[in-house]
Amino acid sequence: MPKDFFALMKGELLVGLLIIVLLFLKIGNKQRSNETLLRLINGLLLFNLAAGFFCIRPGNLFGNSFQTDPLRILEKNMLSLGTLIISLQAYDWLRQHKHVVEFYILLLSTLLGMFFMISAGNLLLFFVGLELSTIPLAALVNFDLDKKPSSEAAIKFILSSAFSSGLLLFGISMLYGTTGTIEFAILPQRLDGDPLQLFSMILVLTGFAFKISVVPFHLWTADVYEGAPVAVTSYLSVVSKAAILFVLTPVLYTVFKSPGDTWVPILFLLSILTIIVGNLFALRQQNMKRFLAFSSISQMGFILIGIGGQSAEGRSAVIYFLLIYIFSNLGAFGVVALMSARAGRERIDDYKGFYKSHPALSWVLAISLFSLAGIPPTAGFFGKFFLLLAGAGKAHYWLIALAALNMVISLYYYLRIVKAMFMDESREPVEKMRTGMPAKIALTVCVGGILVTGLASGAYQYMHSLIAR
Amino acid sequence: MNQVPLSHILFVSTALFFIGIYGLFSRRNLVCMLMAVELILNSVNINFVAFNKYLYPDRLDGFFFVVFIITIAAAEAAVAIAIIINLYRNHRSIDVEDATNMKF
Repeated sequence: MPKDFFALMKGELLVGLLIIVLLFLKIGNKQRSNETLLRLINGLLLFNLAAGFFCIRPGNLFGNSFQTDPLRILEKNMLSLGTLIISLQAYDWLRQHKHVVEFYILLLSTLLGMFFMISAGNLLLFFVGLELSTIPLAALVNFDLDKKPSSEAAIKFILSSAFSSGLLLFGISMLYGTTGTIEFAILPQRLDGDPLQLFSMILVLTGFAFKISVVPFHLWTADVYEGAPVAVTSYLSVVSKAAILFVLTPVLYTVFKSPGDTWVPILFLLSILTIIVGNLFALRQQNMKRFLAFSSISQMGFILIGIGGQSAEGRSAVIYFLLIYIFSNLGAFGVVALMSARAGRERIDDYKGFYKSHPALSWVLAISLFSLAGIPPTAGFFGKFFLLLAGAGKAHYWLIALAALNMVISLYYYLRIVKAMFMDESREPVEKMRTGMPAKIALTVCVGGILVTGLASGAYQYMHSLIAR
Repeated sequence: MNQVPLSHILFVSTALFFIGIYGLFSRRNLVCMLMAVELILNSVNINFVAFNKYLYPDRLDGFFFVVFIITIAAAEAAVAIAIIINLYRNHRSIDVEDATNMKF
């Protein structure tokens, strides 16, 4: 039994161990330079990612409240990969920061929360994991302690996330009241279409929608993304959203399977609203981080269409798209992070004439933006194609057509940045920046990921086989 | 002994929930907004305890949930107050109307 315990919970135990190691590093009185610390921590994160690929087997612990199987381990590995890439990209920013170790302690606590959330077998562990992954994030958003926007973003983030968990909890309590259980496995049998259960389902859906910033509940997103440090923004937009989508899909597909006729139309309505509003607001942004915030809102709309397909294809399309999304969004954020850390500039106009001074970085940003827009040779096209294909199983064709039309609109604003970089002249160009080794590695991984997952897509097959099993 | 019917308790908890939502939307002081959020979480606690005692007294799922919600609400309040203090240092105010550097 103890052997099982260590084998099944190895991901969580390893992250917990890393947190303890970092705590000892912090309280130990030996002075280390930031460079040494960052190198050590990046090594540990790489070890964490590599360890995720070993000893993959299904199992339950703690009376079914902790479950693991190859699919969940794959999802956890994707999150570890995203964290490692972000950590490499944050190198230039953290080198000058006073609180390097605290940053990683908070970051790994949120990662631990996400792992527990993905592995949860009942609503209690799910909720604890969710909160463990959001509360430290609020502290991370406030990590530029003496900057005004950072604290403003943090208060907006913690209030809206506390409110959304309140809604989610009220829904969960109604669900518990009408069914008498909090186990994911028993809940679906006890759902009988009671109006109170539908009400609780709407509340749970609202709570999730807040966390992944679906349109009527998206207002906090742009402010938080703009105010937070770039590394935290990329973590929020990629890793934290991916984790919540990894949980939302199975919750909707298994727990709320029987009221599917109710939530599928709601999801489609929300998705089309999200895509349109995200696109319209992205058109008028001048700040790069805000622009990427609205672009990520409209990407969430496409993911919701995939979820609305309510099939194994839908689920694998969502996971496949999220893998691509990690690479392409982090590629874009990596360049933005460099620009912010080295030159202190974040506006779109600052990218004018970027190609003249930094050809390689311009290509990285351009490929990432092409992938986000969904232009064929890059992986983003296949991701969106599978999502729309999955959605077409349930939705009207006009909805799919509308979504495809919006992909064309989104091309306009993605290409606006490409045009600024490659074609426009700048009156005050950015002086030549040195790209550090860690950032180079991270950007290479991102571009490689975009191209490889686009051209050789065994990944989709693999995910589909895991889900169909 | 005459018990209070379940519906009365649910009425109280639902009222508390919506009072919390109203408070969150109408208050402009950040500490008051935080208190409103705590009201929402406490309404959920009442729900869980009532359901557990009246409908499913043989298992303790609801009570466990309440213990965790109370703990997490405390953690949330601690972080939120730390952020509010930092906000006060930067803005010299804890009114949400003053924290409007970023818009649209």
